[in-house]
Amino acid sequence: MSNGANLLELREFCVSYGEVEAVHRVNLTVKEGEIVTVIGPNGAGKTTLLSAAMGLLPSRGELLLGGERIARPSVEKMVAHGVALVPEKRELFNEMSVEDNLLLGGFSRWRRGQRDQQARMQEVFELFPRLHERRAQMSGTLSGGERQMLAIGRALMARPRLLMLDEPSLGLAPLIVREVLRIVASLRDLGVSVLLVEQNARAALQVADRAYVLEMGAVALTGEAQELIHDRRIIDTYLGLGTKKAA
Amino acid sequence: MDLQIALLLGQDGIVNGAVYGLMALALVLVFSVTRVIFIPQGEFVAFAALSMAMLQSGRAPASLWLLLALAVAVLALEAWRAQRGATVDWKSTLFWCVLCPAAAAAMVALQPQAQALQAAATLLLITPLGPLLYRLAYRPLARASVLMLLIVSVALHGVLVGLGLLFFGAEGSRTNAFSELRLDVGGLSITGQSLVVVGTTLALVVAMFVFFERSIVGKALRATAMNRVGARLMGIPTELSGDVCFAFAALIGAVAGLLVAPITTVYYDTGFLIGLKGFVAAIVGGLASYPLALAGALLVGQLESFASFWSSAFKEVLVFTLIIPVLWWRSLRSHHVEEDE
Amino acid sequence: MSTSHTVSETVPAAKKVESATVAAAVPAARGGITPRHLVLAAVALLLASWGFLPEFSVTLLNYIGLYALVALGLVMLTGVGGMTSFGQAAFVGLGAYATAWACTSPDAAALFGALPPALLPWAGLALGLVITFAVAWFLGSITLKLSGHYLPLCTIAWGLSLYFLFGNLEFLGGHTGMAGLPPLVVGGVSLASPRVLGLLIWAVVLLALWALHNLLDSREGRAIRSLKGGRVMAESMGVDTGRQRIKLFVLAALLAAVSGWLYAHLQRFVNPTPFNLNIGIEYLFMAVVGGAGHLWGAVLGAALITLLKEQLQDLLPRLLGSSGNFEVVVFGLLMLFVLQRFADGLWPQLAAVARRWLRPTPVKLPAAAPLPQRALPPRSQVVLEAKDVTKRFGGLVANNAVNLRVKAGEILALIGPNGAGKSTFFNMISGVDDPSSGEVRLMGQAMAGKPSRAFAALGLSRSFQHVRLLGQRTVLENVAVGAHLRAQRGWIASMLRLDRAEEAAVLAEARRQIERCGLGAHVDTPAASLALGQQRIVEIARALASQPAVLLLDEPAAGLRHLEKQALAKLLDQLRAEGLGILVVEHDMEFVMNLADRITVLEFGTVIAEGTPAEVQGNQRVLDAYLGGGDDMGVAA
Repeated sequence: MSNGANLLELREFCVSYGEVEAVHRVNLTVKEGEIVTVIGPNGAGKTTLLSAAMGLLPSRGELLLGGERIARPSVEKMVAHGVALVPEKRELFNEMSVEDNLLLGGFSRWRRGQRDQQARMQEVFELFPRLHERRAQMSGTLSGGERQMLAIGRALMARPRLLMLDEPSLGLAPLIVREVLRIVASLRDLGVSVLLVEQNARAALQVADRAYVLEMGAVALTGEAQELIHDRRIIDTYLGLGTKKAA
Repeated sequence: MDLQIALLLGQDGIVNGAVYGLMALALVLVFSVTRVIFIPQGEFVAFAALSMAMLQSGRAPASLWLLLALAVAVLALEAWRAQRGATVDWKSTLFWCVLCPAAAAAMVALQPQAQALQAAATLLLITPLGPLLYRLAYRPLARASVLMLLIVSVALHGVLVGLGLLFFGAEGSRTNAFSELRLDVGGLSITGQSLVVVGTTLALVVAMFVFFERSIVGKALRATAMNRVGARLMGIPTELSGDVCFAFAALIGAVAGLLVAPITTVYYDTGFLIGLKGFVAAIVGGLASYPLALAGALLVGQLESFASFWSSAFKEVLVFTLIIPVLWWRSLRSHHVEEDE
Repeated sequence: MSTSHTVSETVPAAKKVESATVAAAVPAARGGITPRHLVLAAVALLLASWGFLPEFSVTLLNYIGLYALVALGLVMLTGVGGMTSFGQAAFVGLGAYATAWACTSPDAAALFGALPPALLPWAGLALGLVITFAVAWFLGSITLKLSGHYLPLCTIAWGLSLYFLFGNLEFLGGHTGMAGLPPLVVGGVSLASPRVLGLLIWAVVLLALWALHNLLDSREGRAIRSLKGGRVMAESMGVDTGRQRIKLFVLAALLAAVSGWLYAHLQRFVNPTPFNLNIGIEYLFMAVVGGAGHLWGAVLGAALITLLKEQLQDLLPRLLGSSGNFEVVVFGLLMLFVLQRFADGLWPQLAAVARRWLRPTPVKLPAAAPLPQRALPPRSQVVLEAKDVTKRFGGLVANNAVNLRVKAGEILALIGPNGAGKSTFFNMISGVDDPSSGEVRLMGQAMAGKPSRAFAALGLSRSFQHVRLLGQRTVLENVAVGAHLRAQRGWIASMLRLDRAEEAAVLAEARRQIERCGLGAHVDTPAASLALGQQRIVEIARALASQPAVLLLDEPAAGLRHLEKQALAKLLDQLRAEGLGILVVEHDMEFVMNLADRITVLEFGTVIAEGTPAEVQGNQRVLDAYLGGGDDMGVAA
């Protein structure tokens, strides 16, 4: 599945809000070609972790990309190194069309002189046929699932080495979540490694290779996803309540 | 009033309207990208006009000192920021703080005699003021509310008017016309200057439209306005977008100043009223629509023209009272169920 | 699906410390002195030394007082109410010109012929107040309908308009103005001397401070503060936001007019110059620099700016070698600096220092009689009904003939995927929006076209999907807003402190609800320093403070931990037993299935199923649309 090289590595990674330490000495790796997920309860610090890894928040500790240390990570540096983030709030350009949103997703490449935006857009449309149907529509009028797809598609326009997804299932009906995560799983074939933060542990573990469990800002458990999905503690804590109850 | 006078007033209205249109364009541009309601836009007009006048009379324009002072201030600010660990884009900083002022100073030192060169020198003097002021006054408050930014604009306006008095003195100036042409069309006399004004405005309008609607850089600027975080995640250099749009605003203001200078006597505080009328126009477009803003500008121009015919004293009262129904109409159009700060 | 058990027991608990940036009420280590004592001491000192101060200081203090009056109005309008006005100078002008006209114009002499000359200035005051009231009401009703930044732009517009009007009207003396105003006469004593008039000026300022402080510290004060939390929130608590805003606007205008009146009789002449936009901007500077939102900030700001102006008017011309108004440059720079560093103005900095040394002024309220309770409808009666409610936005049908009934003593859940139209529907049953067709009935009454205040008055209360609390205010104050409609005392009563008994009852009720919701320990904590889950509970406590018959909850369980969800479910169960009709919009299936009596499922704006949880879970259409069928997906958290 992966060729062994570390794409992203976080060492003793800490993030604080004033005096509150939201992420505490996290050690995490994503290897090339891998899908890694971080699961955990609400308020565990998962979004904070991802935001800081993208440079949106200040952090302490080390961040390495492809073995190279990134001092003082900033959004600009991370984008330049081929990392893309699909944030929790999606942050789409609501008053622009689907097509324009995607086009701007390719801005960083355009700036570097790579003018293949149209070709990349075709690839994204193949991945998300629904977006192709709605290419001229204003993105503010799309449904929740379509917005999520657009957000991911837009991130893919930059041909990232690492795609970070913050709670893609948030606010989406189970059917759509399935569709989206199926597409995320297939990103491996495009050479994109994925770091997926999720509250929906079951869905995340089914799609990932490895998983970290984050609780109260620190890594509580880590291992192969297929093992964790059968781990007693995980089942009781995160998965036991997944089945429908008889009234 | 007969037809002759009406046509004359109408023509006046169009020329003035064109200038207000330029103001409106700059205001909509700055607001849509940075959410700043740029009250000092008029100061660029006044400074450009007065600088041109000084160049034409063979003196070094006082705005050069302002430019140099601001450049030094921004360099100091960026150095301070770098020392505290913030990322500083030195390429753009050196461009605005060293290259442009140096070029401007060089051109001024050459003491250009040709009108075109003088105009170019003026543009070179005034345009960098935009990004420099942005970095000093607005960029530190990038995440503030629209209201807060408006208050900053008002404060900055006060500072610039005061500095205008200091640098240019209390006397007004008028520059030479760009064209002495005089056409007679069906009994109506059209001056070459009017044609220059309207023509330049149209050219700028078209250029801006193409830029923002068709080019990726223009779209990137618009995106920055809609969603800063989203724009950053796309690798759009949002820090630079403020520079770019303020540079545009200053350039447009400077062009407007050059156009206005031969027509009226410009004083250090004339800019405010011109900017304010451009405001009325921009508000017609809801600070978002360029075509509506231009239409509004023509309307303001005509209204002012005819109002001044009937009562010069109350001309200002009429124009400013006009803003109120326009604002009211605007607020009806943008009725939200929800409104949040 | 969060639970409170964690996988690992060895994970160290994350440190959680109250954020230092949110000021909590910290009792001082030292005893004795309260801010009230300090104020009284300062006033006494000023009074004692008044006779001995040099002329120049007296003049300065007089102007500080006059400006402070205007700034006070701005603090209320802008700082507390969130409406920025650059045009207050125009109202000062109205007050000044009204009295100037009344006292010196021959036309006025004809009108007021019957009055003895000593009373003319008072006629001028009355005239000024009446005109200002009318003009402010008119301008306010236009200006305040504008959102966000349009409002201050409008104030710039009419500020300029009025200024040019003052300068161009012949009967007001044009640009020269009017001179020869008589001095004020109070009880036979002439206030011609600035030293004597100064006493009146400061008496008025202190009176205004007292009245406004009382106003802010009351039911109406909470309503005013809630304006900044968003109109929707305030309206849903029953606050007539339109009316409050215009009252604030008129209040600020009247204070400015009084300042103008005093100014006219201090100077004894009036011309348009002091009423231009620049001065209007300076007034705003005073309010902001001083600390918009803090009443004493107005005095501080007025003092700072006036003193600075004084110094600069001497200093700058000498430094720069030329005359002219350069203070505005320094002001502008000062303003920019303060805005960038101290967004809340300078008063909060002082207040933070003072808090370490002073004991907070104790709040004394009389014993509370309980608030009147409404009789709840009998169990199973339909309290909220939606009949064929349809909402169209252009071509998009957001809600399609939705039928739904909430009964007293029952919990109804509304579920559905994103984009199903739940938020739109919620807006319509809470009065925030109106259906395109169909009908909403609350307690049997048709609610077409009625604002959400009317819903609140009939006993409906709600919470919000994205928490809307006043972060800087305590939990107690936030919850007390919910009880707005259960009390009556208005502005005047509050200003004169005639509302204490009622206030005690309201606060006692708020405390009761906070205790009931389990947050008793946080009664005096600023709302912003609570965790999101707790903030949601505060919203529910606020809704309960209105003693509702119908409770609408928008995703109440989102962001709550397992134990908190259990507590919430228990609370809702209890409320159901008491006879409330409750509608819950939720995504958390476990929470919903265990709690609701009946469930309505919405998809693409249409109801696709309704019934008991068991019925809904077995419904194939629902499974296909929302629950995704099959065991592999389970249910989304």
